[in-house]
Amino acid sequence: MKKKNKRVIPGFGISMGVTLTMVSVIVLIPLATLVIYTAQMSFPEIIATITRGRVLSSFYVSFITAFAASAINAVMGLILAWVLVRYEFPGKRILDGMIELPFALPTAVAGISLTYLTTDSGWIGSFFAKFGIQIAYTRLGITFALIFVGIPFVVRSIQPVLEKLDPSYEEAASVLGASRTRIFWKVIFPEVLSSLCTGFGLAFGRCLGEYGSIVFIAGNKPYYTEITPLIIMSELQEFDYPSATAIALVMLIAAFLILFINNLIQARNTKILNGNR
Amino acid sequence: MNQNKQSGFVKWLLITISVLFLFVMLVLPLLVVITQAFKSGVAAYLKAVTDKYTVRALLLTLEATLTAVVVNTIFGLFAAWTITKFKFKGKKLLTTLIDIPVTVSPVIAGLIFILLFGRQSLLYPILKACHIKVVFAVPGIILATVFVTFPFISRELIPVLETEGTDEEEAAALMGAGAFTIFRKITLPHIRWALLYGIVLCTARAMGEFGAVSVLSGHLRGLTNTLPLHVEILFNEFQYVPAFAVSSILVILAIILLVMRSVLEHKGKTTKKPL
Repeated sequence: MKKKNKRVIPGFGISMGVTLTMVSVIVLIPLATLVIYTAQMSFPEIIATITRGRVLSSFYVSFITAFAASAINAVMGLILAWVLVRYEFPGKRILDGMIELPFALPTAVAGISLTYLTTDSGWIGSFFAKFGIQIAYTRLGITFALIFVGIPFVVRSIQPVLEKLDPSYEEAASVLGASRTRIFWKVIFPEVLSSLCTGFGLAFGRCLGEYGSIVFIAGNKPYYTEITPLIIMSELQEFDYPSATAIALVMLIAAFLILFINNLIQARNTKILNGNR
Repeated sequence: MNQNKQSGFVKWLLITISVLFLFVMLVLPLLVVITQAFKSGVAAYLKAVTDKYTVRALLLTLEATLTAVVVNTIFGLFAAWTITKFKFKGKKLLTTLIDIPVTVSPVIAGLIFILLFGRQSLLYPILKACHIKVVFAVPGIILATVFVTFPFISRELIPVLETEGTDEEEAAALMGAGAFTIFRKITLPHIRWALLYGIVLCTARAMGEFGAVSVLSGHLRGLTNTLPLHVEILFNEFQYVPAFAVSSILVILAIILLVMRSVLEHKGKTTKKPL
């Protein structure tokens, strides 16, 4: 009986060995250092570090801006995916290729050019300045940069689901007399909802940890536009490693939590795609 | 009729919204980089681009990127082969571990290497005795770059190999082919496009990495400065024209990679169909 499990393909030992060695050296050991380092600190010490007013307000700023940006991206991502899947128009392939630009463009470059655009003398900033709205160096600016960073996530999550969607349901609904808005909310939206959530989660996770595109546009005023990665950075520059580690730990837990929830949604998603409701 | 007219209106409204949104969010930033780079003329642009420190930063970026691509390609091939061709316990745990680097904030990625190799680490005396400097030196920058792009290639390969199954490889193995022959003759042709695609994504991310590298670099101009860090320094010194000129190099690289990406995606789709 046991012979059934015998591996036919050769090379298991060496490939497993190489994989495990590299994972250990590059991921496991460095991450373990973080855990070991935190274990040396006392619990009240950690709590005292992460409940300092400046740190708490950075959590708030990071959360609120990442949430706002991801929510806007969820709406725009849905529209973009819809346009790219359902409509034919000149220049569509260029539009489709452009979506990935935030992945390919270095965050520092994005950061300085978005800052330049949104200062009071910039192309976008001067327009909003007429209405008394300042974008650069405010929370609005952070949100603006995070929208840039998060664009591809929602679009790329929804696109494949929309492509697979069977048009016969919409046709049936239309024949039965449903209006277009009703078809959208009752037929199409439920189908894409879970992939919309996945895209939102991915964008949100990325935005929480984002650093490069924000340092320039945020202005980094404590209690107002200081995000959590920036606090970690300034603690590191002062060689205050215990504080940096404690704050990093909170971010790490938040990131894993988002990843976990996302995986749950995704598991449900693939179940639906495979037809076992 | 009425419905057709209405849907035509909705169609063009949505297309206009999409185009406007992408124009403001994606095209304008690129236009800013180009116009600001050439604001003081071509001579100033060329001077900034051929500056000694810019060239050094470019070389360091290329070095880090190349290392990251090579290391992660080797890892990606072995990991994808292990995960898709064999059954073993803890597979899920392994794939989760591989994916961790992309979920971690770049700043934290930098932090963990400081904790591992920095002054307060247990390894520090050993490294010092061997005269190896990791933190605030080139090895640290390369390590950070490898870390943040770690899963990029395996992630592209695993889904492709998973849909291929293991039948062909098993048949070859039963006929007496060795592991390397099987890989070269059977597996590699299947994953060719996915592999190139992964390499493009890995290159794009590696050359632009900022947060993690920034933590580990120490910003020594000409020594541990990558191109994105050089942009930051110039911008913070209010040298806008050089900052945007250096950025334009990265923009051009990003656009080349984007075009390659779309071509590869297209190729991957069209070659998959006849199978």
